[in-house]
Amino acid sequence: MPPVFVIARLTVQESSRRRLLLALLILTLLVVGFSAWGFNKITTVTRPDGTLLPPDQVSLITSQLLIVVVFMFSGVLALSAAVVAGPLISGEVESGLLLAILARPVRRSEVVIGKWLGLAMLVAVYAAGAGSLELAAVDWATGYLPPHPVQLLVYVAADGLILLSVGLLLSTRLSGITAGVIALVGWLIAWIAGVVGDIGTGLQNQALENVGVVSHLVLPSDGLWRGAIYAMEPDTVIAAVRALGTAGRANPFTATEPPPASFLVWVVVWFALVLSLSIWSFRRREI
Amino acid sequence: MAELAEQTTAAASPSAAAGTPAVKTIELTKKFGHTVALAGLSMTVPRGEVFGFLGPNGAGKTTAVKLLLGLLKPTSGEGWLLGRPVGDLQTRRRIGYLPELFRYQSWLSAAEVLELHCELAPLPRSSWRDEIASVLETVGLTDRAKDRVGTFSKGMQQRLGLGAALLGEPELVFLDEPTSALDPVGRHDVREIIRSLASRGTAVFLNSHLLSEVEQVCDRVAVVDHGRVIAEGTMDELLGGTAVRVRVAGLSPADKNRLAQFGRIDDEGDQLTFANLDPDRVPDLVASIVSMGGRVYEVAPRHQTLEDRFLQLLEDEEDKT
Repeated sequence: MPPVFVIARLTVQESSRRRLLLALLILTLLVVGFSAWGFNKITTVTRPDGTLLPPDQVSLITSQLLIVVVFMFSGVLALSAAVVAGPLISGEVESGLLLAILARPVRRSEVVIGKWLGLAMLVAVYAAGAGSLELAAVDWATGYLPPHPVQLLVYVAADGLILLSVGLLLSTRLSGITAGVIALVGWLIAWIAGVVGDIGTGLQNQALENVGVVSHLVLPSDGLWRGAIYAMEPDTVIAAVRALGTAGRANPFTATEPPPASFLVWVVVWFALVLSLSIWSFRRREI
Repeated sequence: MAELAEQTTAAASPSAAAGTPAVKTIELTKKFGHTVALAGLSMTVPRGEVFGFLGPNGAGKTTAVKLLLGLLKPTSGEGWLLGRPVGDLQTRRRIGYLPELFRYQSWLSAAEVLELHCELAPLPRSSWRDEIASVLETVGLTDRAKDRVGTFSKGMQQRLGLGAALLGEPELVFLDEPTSALDPVGRHDVREIIRSLASRGTAVFLNSHLLSEVEQVCDRVAVVDHGRVIAEGTMDELLGGTAVRVRVAGLSPADKNRLAQFGRIDDEGDQLTFANLDPDRVPDLVASIVSMGGRVYEVAPRHQTLEDRFLQLLEDEEDKT
């Protein structure tokens, strides 16, 4: 097996042996179970006249609540990715674990790509698995399924991969805690900058709007999150928000358009750039 | 920017490179900021030789090994391993390395760690089983093969690291302080392993500050201090002199200072050891002590030990600086 896949396998194996996967599985089942119970309660809400809410209202409430739940899920995924990626390289350099490995015929680029691949696979599988479970639970509880579930999972997974990549890049130079914290703060700043951009759109202020655009380019996590929202918004909500004009767009939990294709191309380029930078940085690191 | 000591050249044919030394360096230098970790290391280690790289803590021994393995980038100078430039990926197939900071995947079993190294080396999969069983036996970990490394003592982890370095019968093995975590039995075992490596023609580059270890197994030694090689040669060349121990009373510190004309003195109260003294000068030494009013109880010439020579070299260096 080429070294890059050996390193990837080792990364997955470590997460499994250290019981990270087990912990995530248990926590996910708890959260999904709890949220299914919560969503189910929406269907039992009664109006003042004692009748149950009509299905379209249940769907509307569920759709908006689901956006909040997925936002938290995406936040937890991003946090986990940053925390795990932060020490991915630096931890093993500091402990000496990489000394014996790098004395083998293994390129440093193979170590970086291998670790990214291993963790990316975990993030993607977890996002797909836990996300599908949550959507299935919501569907079971309320009968509501967002309009574009597959795109939703892809956007959420990509958001996690962004944080993983930033954490890994920083990990080539900084200690695990520092790398993880910077990645996480970067993610929060990008989200806030996205909100500022929304406000700029609402107020038709170009300068503020540019803050959002630049933040989406530097750290595309918020841009991807907007894609996830769009995938969850029912057509009726999108139509209503569009009717409000620019003011309707000044909300970090709404999206009236899917991310433009140019942005998605940029995300692919961004991943290539960050991984290349990680390799370049690690090659120059003295161990 | 060139990748840090990571070159992709075609595999050198072992037969073509067989006549080349195991290790060769020319003016290999490493600076960390203003600190000189290694200052112009030039040396040659022939194939099959057990070479001791001896020096006090912080002398630059580990830096030298890391430079040779491509883990650090030299500030200047050049180096070759097995006839190929330092950092050549293919050459690493033929090299074993036990780091000073040995640490292995705690979540794997000992056998799995060795399997990982077989895979990265890379060795033919059909040979893994025998290779792993053989090195586990050599380092005395057969009984713990299936146990997680996280449950191992430091000494056992060092044994495992040594085992990993021996996989695939490498042509050159770097051992950086290989007995730092071992008990006397373990140290004895390591000496035996080094001897058996030498007997099958493997060159061993042994980094150590343990004089007895080096003295017992090395064909040749380089003494390094403050990043510079201050002496190099075979054990016989290095230890050619005679040390003289004198048990004496009645000498003042000033008298002892005057005795410095007989060379470096290791002063342990009533016992003075002259690290390198020509046996012909022993009567003159005794006469001088007596003339100062000293009372001589015992004069014992003996072959210089590596410790005598080592301390003498370090002191000479201090005097120079």
